[in-house]
Amino acid sequence: MQPSGTQTDFEDVAARVSAVIAENAHLEGPLLPILHGVQGEFGCVPQEALPVIADALNLSRAEVHGVMSFYHDFRANPAGRHIVRVCRAEACQSMGGARIAELAKVLFNADFGETSADGSVTLEAVYCLGLCACAPAVMVDGKVVGRVDAGRMEDIAGEVLA
Amino acid sequence: MSVTIYVPGDSGALAVGADEVAAAIVAEARERGLAVDLVRNGSRGLYWLEPMVEVATPQGRIAYGLVGAEDVEDLFDADFLSGGEHELRLGAPEELPFLKRQTRLTFARCGVVDPLSLSDYESHGGLAGLRRALGMTPGEIVQEVTDSGLRGRGGAGFPTGIKWKTVLDAPGPRKYIVCNADEGDSGTFADRMIMEGDPFVLIEGMAIAGIATGATKGFVYLRSEYPHAIQVMDEAIRIARKNKVLGGSVLGSGQAFDIEVRVGAGAYVCGEETSLLNSLEGKRGVVRAKPPLPAHKGLFGQPTVINNVISLASVPVVLEKGAAHYRDFGMGRSRGTIPIQIAGNVKRGGLFEAGFGMTLGELVDEIAGGTASGRPVKAVQVGGPLGAYFPRELFDTPFDYEAFAARDGLIGHAGIVVFDDTADMLKQARFAFEFCAIESCGKCTPCRIGAVRGVEVMDAIAHGAPPEAQVALASDLCNTMKFGSLCALGGFTPYPVMSAIRHFPEDFKPAKMAEAAE
Repeated sequence: MQPSGTQTDFEDVAARVSAVIAENAHLEGPLLPILHGVQGEFGCVPQEALPVIADALNLSRAEVHGVMSFYHDFRANPAGRHIVRVCRAEACQSMGGARIAELAKVLFNADFGETSADGSVTLEAVYCLGLCACAPAVMVDGKVVGRVDAGRMEDIAGEVLA
Repeated sequence: MSVTIYVPGDSGALAVGADEVAAAIVAEARERGLAVDLVRNGSRGLYWLEPMVEVATPQGRIAYGLVGAEDVEDLFDADFLSGGEHELRLGAPEELPFLKRQTRLTFARCGVVDPLSLSDYESHGGLAGLRRALGMTPGEIVQEVTDSGLRGRGGAGFPTGIKWKTVLDAPGPRKYIVCNADEGDSGTFADRMIMEGDPFVLIEGMAIAGIATGATKGFVYLRSEYPHAIQVMDEAIRIARKNKVLGGSVLGSGQAFDIEVRVGAGAYVCGEETSLLNSLEGKRGVVRAKPPLPAHKGLFGQPTVINNVISLASVPVVLEKGAAHYRDFGMGRSRGTIPIQIAGNVKRGGLFEAGFGMTLGELVDEIAGGTASGRPVKAVQVGGPLGAYFPRELFDTPFDYEAFAARDGLIGHAGIVVFDDTADMLKQARFAFEFCAIESCGKCTPCRIGAVRGVEVMDAIAHGAPPEAQVALASDLCNTMKFGSLCALGGFTPYPVMSAIRHFPEDFKPAKMAEAAE
């Protein structure tokens, strides 16, 4: 069967995926840890990884695809060099989060779920970072930033677009 | 002599510059040739003052807050190492009104101790509950938890002791304790705070649950949006294992219990217990029909206790101080304390743990001090994205599971999000449907399709369709979702929608009419 998705140009996918599987094989219910591990390795879960995982866990490729595509975290293609996640949930809304979200779209010239044309930034919506008492909040490559106003958002853009 | 300085390592503090403050303190002390001992504590939960730095002086701890890295040199000049006067000096943290009015049982150590020091934990009462539990029979432990009146703090409010009893009585070759740390509700951060600020209390609570029910393995299902909490929990579990709090013989008792952290993958619905179990098993996070209850057939089909972080973290104090001590706080059938998270547009946002029974008005007006914007409060959403919006007319509602239910609301995970008068409740209702559509697992039709239709109805109102017919349609849709959905995602989305429609009807009039009326 031919994989339906786009082929990626990663090297040694099977060997690297097998290494991730070997690290996690002893776990009970290892599929999510494996998918996290694969994404850690490649920055996404490449199509070519799915049959390797399916084979190791005695699942069908469709089942692995079903799990991978269910969760917002797992991406089929690599993200930009930086990932900016803007919280769009209620606590941040109450502190002007919608304006911050709109500003982010302009600054990065990308909609939510998109990567800027130069590949520098992927803009993502997130529903709650647990920073609701210092809203609005964003996460830049795993670093949390609270009390974000227009100026701070512009600073963030300056850093990641540099 | 070395002076101990506390700079929180809590994400909420990191987000507003705590790392920079810590680095500045270390650099300044080195330059001045002063010996300081830097501790990265959890947060006390006074977020409007973060980064809040504390110094251990002979007179006790003295807090300074909102400290910026640029203030550090000035603080040294003011001799803050001895608690010197400065405009940022707040005095003894325990004497700050926001903390003084609280009853901290579950959060007693949070912000006080070094989160990763087991000796700090023990010297502040830690492990006393587990030690006591190890001298009791499983039945006695379960009875103690039942007698405390502790109910599920994740939102459902199911009595924790009864859940444990079911698992204790269920036969199975292997049983599990699953901690639901998929804290996805906006306005809530208590789970995150306790995991970052006092992780051993959760470990101890889970170990007690294991001893009480015969479970030997625990999982903490922790959302991926909390990288710091994941790091701290992983490290705390490693330390607990090394010191035989976890492992083949818990505190030398001969009883085995171990814990593993599992990282979620960004699906809100996995906060629902049965989809969480599917996710742990490596499946799509789709909701399971109940029965069978997880207590009978849970993780991998085995008897499973699944509790929220705060439920489990409240167990050690129940065992340490006895069921009666805990039960004596609270009102009605809501016993003990509830860590309320005050968030959104407020002057003083943070964690406020108190016995059940405080009114919403006290919390919003007195404790939180009204809005940060200084404008009038319009609505307060209680209980996360699936909770109802309360208008000022209902501010006399006491924090109590039944009292909120009686007013068509829920306390959920006890997060409250305050909105000022610029909020448009039509937009908030639309967002409730939109969020449900984004996060629906897709298993049941009312949730999967209802949420999408709901967005369309709200858009129709916004675009000027006759509101009465649309509101009737939305009400009908909500009725179907409420009674026809498998889980709380579809079932509770009607709470924010219908409360917005009911309490703020003026926002659901067509735009043109509303403008003409002004």
